[in-house]
Amino acid sequence: MRTQISQHTFRRLLALPQPLRLRTFSILNRPPPNYPGHVPLTLVERGALALGSAFGSLRNPHRHDLIAALGEATAKPYFISRLRKAMLANPTGRRILHDKPRITSQTMSLEKLRQLPENTVGRAYAAWLDREGVTPDTRDQVRYIDDPEEAYAMQRYRETHDFTHAITGLPVIIEGELAVKAFEFANTLLPMTALSLVAVVRLKAAERKRFFETYLLWAVGNGLKAEEVVNVYWEEELETDIEVLRARLGIEIPPDLRETRKLLRDKEKAERAARDAKDRLGAVMGV
Amino acid sequence: MAALLPRATKRLRLSPTSGFVCRDCRRSFASSIRHGQQQQPAPSQHVFQSDKTTHFGFETVAEELKASRVRTVFSSVAANYDTMNDLMSLGIHRLWKDHFVRSLNPGIRLTSTNTSSPHNAAGQTILDIAGGTGDIALRLLDHATTINRDTATSVIISDINPEMLAEGRKRFATSHYYSTTTSSPNRRVSFLEANAEDLSAIESNSIDLYTVAFGIRNFTHKQVALQEAFRVLKPGGVFACLEFTPRLSNPIMNGIYKRWSFGAIPLIGQVVAADRESYQYLVESIERFPSQAEFAGMIEEAGFIVPGKERGDGGELEGGWEDLSLGIAAIHKGVKPV
Repeated sequence: MRTQISQHTFRRLLALPQPLRLRTFSILNRPPPNYPGHVPLTLVERGALALGSAFGSLRNPHRHDLIAALGEATAKPYFISRLRKAMLANPTGRRILHDKPRITSQTMSLEKLRQLPENTVGRAYAAWLDREGVTPDTRDQVRYIDDPEEAYAMQRYRETHDFTHAITGLPVIIEGELAVKAFEFANTLLPMTALSLVAVVRLKAAERKRFFETYLLWAVGNGLKAEEVVNVYWEEELETDIEVLRARLGIEIPPDLRETRKLLRDKEKAERAARDAKDRLGAVMGV
Repeated sequence: MAALLPRATKRLRLSPTSGFVCRDCRRSFASSIRHGQQQQPAPSQHVFQSDKTTHFGFETVAEELKASRVRTVFSSVAANYDTMNDLMSLGIHRLWKDHFVRSLNPGIRLTSTNTSSPHNAAGQTILDIAGGTGDIALRLLDHATTINRDTATSVIISDINPEMLAEGRKRFATSHYYSTTTSSPNRRVSFLEANAEDLSAIESNSIDLYTVAFGIRNFTHKQVALQEAFRVLKPGGVFACLEFTPRLSNPIMNGIYKRWSFGAIPLIGQVVAADRESYQYLVESIERFPSQAEFAGMIEEAGFIVPGKERGDGGELEGGWEDLSLGIAAIHKGVKPV
């Protein structure tokens, strides 16, 4: 009698819709993948991946795959679903989810983008890529998110990260990346973006001061005020005027980070040169 | 900032509980992946004459492809090979390898009775197969030199993969067995890039000891490799193999071990080596390896005498191998008849 009741309950559990169903698989019998490259993880595995990739990426920030894995491991249960709902709530977002466009170095032809007029989004994107010395190389594939549409939403967020850099003008150095991550947290609410801010400990004191005084406030303010950047159909906005797009989204650009750093570096160099000259003069004069 | 509060709360209010989207609007993620990849160059395909297939982990591949797939796996794991071994086995692989070498006792200890023999002056010739990074070879040479005071024994390290051999060269560069400055013919370690199924570079009946540690499960044709081992060994020569077993005999320990293998190891591979797939292949290839009794049978079939074996009640071989760590790994030995 007892076994009958528990079997009955078990069958009723399996009949529930997917998000509410209790996990019924273990490491040794994983369910079949929902899309190519999908690896269903148990809760323990996901927790271990989150911890491992968090510490791994803090130790070595060049491990983009760990940052990607951290994002996927911490996106469920709520955050990636919220992002997908945000895309569904917007007409352009719905179109993006329907078409599922991908940004790779093949689909984004840099030569064509460089030939666009000066103030367009595409030209700004190509110019930013050239200035920073990066390419729209294929980002890591999403693997650990179970629902295919949510997996696409995460993939889209990852691939449009460079566009966020381009539209805000922030560079790839760690200071710039942290500012963009803070902006993305206020805009997309993905936990990985907030967790990456722990990397603030790797900044030098002057950079940290600048970050907390200027860039963090800019990022959070603009991120909350702006429209969801994941809902921008970048492939269609390549020829839009960049100021028009910024106004439409509600983004103001922060002070140019590279310029600020360059000015400070030049000032320091000048001061050091002046000090050396004074010392040499003092030595000659026998002071 | 307060003016931003309504926007922020609106963001949070987008509750994910009702996940309904009609099926027509939901094109599969799979097709978007295919679209994103369609510009990439297609892998070179050619029709194979035979349709003989073999296993590559849990995948089935054409036989001709397995060797190159294995080579690719080991090219990507070569750089972190030793770190990953330590993490995956929690350092226990060092104990296994030490025990393996110690039980083989390489090197000829010169005593008053055998000093006159000319064979002993030349030392032993050891062939370490799939020994790319050289950890077994180094142990063999150290044991021969330090414990048996034999400075003539030499090791040939053979591997199918050049990156693994490069790691081996790096390891030996700082040892005194391989000085790159002298061109002395008595160099005690040499490197050979070869497939274990085709050791035509090595003469028949020329090797005293053939070792293969954690390599044979990757071979496409294990029986062919065993036959090559039989050919190159001298009569009286010893074949020794250290390899993982497909399952432990104790079901509870087996359950824990399998969950570690299939859960933790690919995860460690992802975090440390940025390569989940290679480590997934490694644990799957362990599953596919024959059991200790079956493998001892294969060694006998190649012509070796397997010491310590008995035929059990079911006709299966028993006792012809040594289990290590509750059966996670096993040492198989065979002797070529004189």
